[in-house]
Amino acid sequence: MSSNPASPPNGVSRRGFLSGSATLAVATPFVAHAAEQAAPGAAAKDPHAKVAVSFNINGKPYQLGLDARTSLLDALRDHAGLTGTKKGCDHGQCGACSVLVDGRRVLSCMSFAVMQEGAEITTIEGLASTDGALHPMQQAFVDHDAFQCGYCTPGQIMSAVGCVQEGHAENDDDIREYMSGNLCRCAAYPNIVAAIRQARDDMKEG
Amino acid sequence: MRAFSYERPSDLQAAIKAAGTSPDNQPPTQAAAQFIAGGTNMSDYMKLNVNRPERLIDLNKLSEPAMTAIRVDDAGLHLGALVRMADAQEHEDVVRMFPVICDSLRLAASGQIRNMASLGGNLLQRTRCEYFREVSWPCNKREPGAGCSALDGVNRQHAVLGGSEACIATYHGDFAQALIALDAEVEIASAKGSHRMPFADLHKRPQDTPQIETALSPSDIIVAIHVPAGPWRRSRYLKVRDRESYAFALASAAVALDMDGDTVRGARIALGGVATVPWRAKSAEEMLTGRKLDEAAAKEAADTAFAEASGRKHNAYKIPLGKQTLVRALLETQDMKV
Ligand SMILES: Cc1cc2nc3c(=O)[nH]c(=O)nc-3n(C[C@H](O)[C@H](O)[C@H](O)COP(=O)(O)OP(=O)(O)OC[C@H]3O[C@@H](n4cnc5c(N)ncnc54)[C@H](O)[C@@H]3O)c2cc1C
Ligand code: SF4
Ligand code: FES
Ligand code: FES
Repeated sequence: MSSNPASPPNGVSRRGFLSGSATLAVATPFVAHAAEQAAPGAAAKDPHAKVAVSFNINGKPYQLGLDARTSLLDALRDHAGLTGTKKGCDHGQCGACSVLVDGRRVLSCMSFAVMQEGAEITTIEGLASTDGALHPMQQAFVDHDAFQCGYCTPGQIMSAVGCVQEGHAENDDDIREYMSGNLCRCAAYPNIVAAIRQARDDMKEG
Repeated sequence: MRAFSYERPSDLQAAIKAAGTSPDNQPPTQAAAQFIAGGTNMSDYMKLNVNRPERLIDLNKLSEPAMTAIRVDDAGLHLGALVRMADAQEHEDVVRMFPVICDSLRLAASGQIRNMASLGGNLLQRTRCEYFREVSWPCNKREPGAGCSALDGVNRQHAVLGGSEACIATYHGDFAQALIALDAEVEIASAKGSHRMPFADLHKRPQDTPQIETALSPSDIIVAIHVPAGPWRRSRYLKVRDRESYAFALASAAVALDMDGDTVRGARIALGGVATVPWRAKSAEEMLTGRKLDEAAAKEAADTAFAEASGRKHNAYKIPLGKQTLVRALLETQDMKV
């Protein structure tokens, strides 16, 4: 983990940080302020200068001023305050950090945030509808007990949504093969496959 | 990770200019300015402090249509370097004409990684040698002259073909095996203009300069891959690994057969997971040409392909495994309904 829980990002207490970021109206001005101090994009030659980047997360616009080294994963968690996306390995080997970028599932740990200019990013926080109804994939994971500790779950769910949309969930073998990029230490695999099967059918109907 | 400045040029000329000039013979992996496409190899090695660019040049917004196109014509297949693995893997024409290419992509990495990773980046992925990845170990590839920790270390993943006393790191890519088997070419844009190179010349064996991995200069950009048309609908890629999916090959074989009944009119064979570079097994191809393909002939071809292999403490198993993989790939390819 890159951030030490004892000293949360930007000196905000963890609880205050989380409740602030729960409503995006609060989070956005705070990040926009950071962007004001950023050097203008591509012109930056000082490797330590902040780089401005704008993208939408879950349909809301964000403007961030970031060290170019910031992964998309760290930008989501530490700068946008959306901690639903998890960091497992930080090296592309576990799938815990899966999100959708422009509708496709990707690993947020393997991309630099500054490369995502203009992108539409969907995280686990953006899956349920605004009235609170769970996405069919979330509901299916609940129905099938498709998790134990839950750490891999946001990544599993985001990857599963992408997998179904790609048309790679037509049978159990395909689900296993095309979900192989998401590891589960608790080995909830049989229930994950069952959940995806259910959600696949629900998503077709919906 | 070393701090870097970030640039996003909008065409090839601007990208080549942004890369600037570098000292003679400096490999791209040691240059001040380096390219990034999908980022799945680059970001990993930057985090590990193995790749240390001062300037990172993002190729994703280059506007040249050739870089993102998949096109088939009488001459063969054109694959843009920025095409994502997932898109090439499912392209109708590729599936129909070159199954071995689709297999090699489909069996690599994971769904998420294939959505991100570009074909150009895939070809240039750096080895997964554990000692190369962890910078506290001596490694000739990272630091010429430092010594190789793998020669007498844990070398279960390492190559049995094409190694040297300086380096035995495996080339882990899968797609490259399909390309070398099919006589592909790469189109390269450089400050001097654009040229084509046989894919077989792109990667360099380690010899005594393992830091030089390819024939590219730091400002060279792969624009596209060309695969000549050929009778290769009977072709496949067989990959053997520690787990069923989401793992690199311990041994693999790309096979394409042009058959006249049971007799081999032409064969193409490449081996993965066992060699330091994409590995064409021409002697095995020649051995099979004009012969009836059965298990005995396939075994003979496999013996020929591995005639020069040499194993070390933990990787000697790759010689029998590689041979069996090739035998199975040949017989399964023969059985394909086309
Ligand atoms: C967990 C894991 C498992 C994997 N399993 C497999 C596997 O089973 N089989 C397999 O084949 N691969 C596997 N990979 C590797 C993966 O396929 C590569 O990382 C990926 O294909 C690299 O493509 P990219 O576009 O992300 O490259 P990048 O990371 O962006 O770049 C890689 C290199 O290529 C250079 N580069 C990129 N594009 C160009 C260009 N057009 N011209 C010149 N230089 C360029 C960059 O400078 C860099 O040096 C795995 C990776 C991970 C993390
Ligand atoms: S095998 Fe090559 S990459 Fe691995 S430690 Fe030796 S020199 Fe380095
Ligand atoms: S945290 Fe990204 S794959 Fe593990
Ligand atoms: S539920 Fe614990 S890791 Fe998957």
